Amino acid sequence: MIDIVLLGFLLLTAIAAVCLRDLFAVVMLFGIYSFLAAGLFMVLDAVDVAFTEAAVGAGITTVLMLATLRLTGRFERSPRPLRLLPLLVVAMTGAALIYGTLDAPLLGDVQAPAQQHVAPRYIERTMAEVGTPNMVTAVLASYRGYDTLGETVVIFTAGLAVLLLLGITEVPAIRPGRRVIDDQVVLHVIVKALIPFILLFGAYVQFHGDYGAGGGFQAGVIVATGLVLYDLVFGDGDAQLVVPPAWLPRIAAFGVLVYGAVGLLSLLQGKALLDYSALAEIPLSGQHLGIMLVELGVGITVFAVVLAIFYAFSGRRRQS
Amino acid sequence: MSDAIALISGLCFAVGGFLCITGGVGLLRFPDFFSRIHAAGVTETLAAPLLLGGVMLQLGWSQDSFKLLLVMVFVLATNPTAAHAMAKAALDGGLRPQVEHDDTIDLEDRSSKP
Repeated sequence: MIDIVLLGFLLLTAIAAVCLRDLFAVVMLFGIYSFLAAGLFMVLDAVDVAFTEAAVGAGITTVLMLATLRLTGRFERSPRPLRLLPLLVVAMTGAALIYGTLDAPLLGDVQAPAQQHVAPRYIERTMAEVGTPNMVTAVLASYRGYDTLGETVVIFTAGLAVLLLLGITEVPAIRPGRRVIDDQVVLHVIVKALIPFILLFGAYVQFHGDYGAGGGFQAGVIVATGLVLYDLVFGDGDAQLVVPPAWLPRIAAFGVLVYGAVGLLSLLQGKALLDYSALAEIPLSGQHLGIMLVELGVGITVFAVVLAIFYAFSGRRRQS
Repeated sequence: MSDAIALISGLCFAVGGFLCITGGVGLLRFPDFFSRIHAAGVTETLAAPLLLGGVMLQLGWSQDSFKLLLVMVFVLATNPTAAHAMAKAALDGGLRPQVEHDDTIDLEDRSSKP
């Protein structure tokens, strides 16, 4: 029942976002859209995915889009006259996609190929082979560690591309006197009190990922959000004193290197790439150690890339 | 005892839900930005702890209850701050509260009253 309500709201939000010309409202609608999607994932018991969607989609993406709006202006240009060819292409693609879903198995179908192939093995053997109560972390970091390495490299590449295209304007090293929102005393006090807890929560999500929902991706975003909040409330460049922009590419590369080094280490021990059993005497402790290091690498890279993208956008704002 | 707890938590849910709905109605129906912010901020600040408190009563003493308590503290700290910051930013940005000018009362008339 609740999933139908959520899906309905999702549809309404999407239609409203297409129709509105006020881009500020559209950004907010996208935030709501992501949050509804996170709710849907919760209903489907996909807690880790919901967590990522809420942190990335509803959280940091909204801030990045608002930073972009500062550069582009608030209102969409008046709509161009309806052109037939693009409409036809879009309609046909949509129809093909809908036709494709007709063959797809129903949601939660036991006979679906996804439930038949490797999923039973993950469910039955995770505790014996990897030993982490959170099966998602076991699949993500250990069974499919190779894929996650690829994802981490993709995130690193995305950050690199943004840095190459936009670059980060560094503020002078002295503490700038100007504040964006100068007399918001209440905001300053509350944010100053909250930031340590946000960072602590990030660390909890990072290192508790074996046992509960969470892991490197979410933790990296949360820690970066703490610094973004600091930058937004305490003015341009204050966060850059904490984490200088010049460090960020190195930090991002360091995260990928940590991940790759763990993989190579197991290769040198004579096991397969990213087989963490090779890291310690007891295979299970090796798995624990490997997953912790790999998730740390992911977290470091995600943190650095998210912060770098934010710096790149807010730096542009300062120039203009 | 458990009946009493169920009753209290049900009451929390009912009041919290009612406040959520009134906040939504206020957000839609009130005339200007500041009164809307007021409607949303005030009701949400009370509604969220009530709903969370209701869930906590259902859960009893557990780790999840403690996490909900942390969420409650977070909401109590951030929600009024967000409302305050938005209202203050709007005021600094030049938006003035809509004050109704009632022509039937003029200043002399009011001052002559005891």
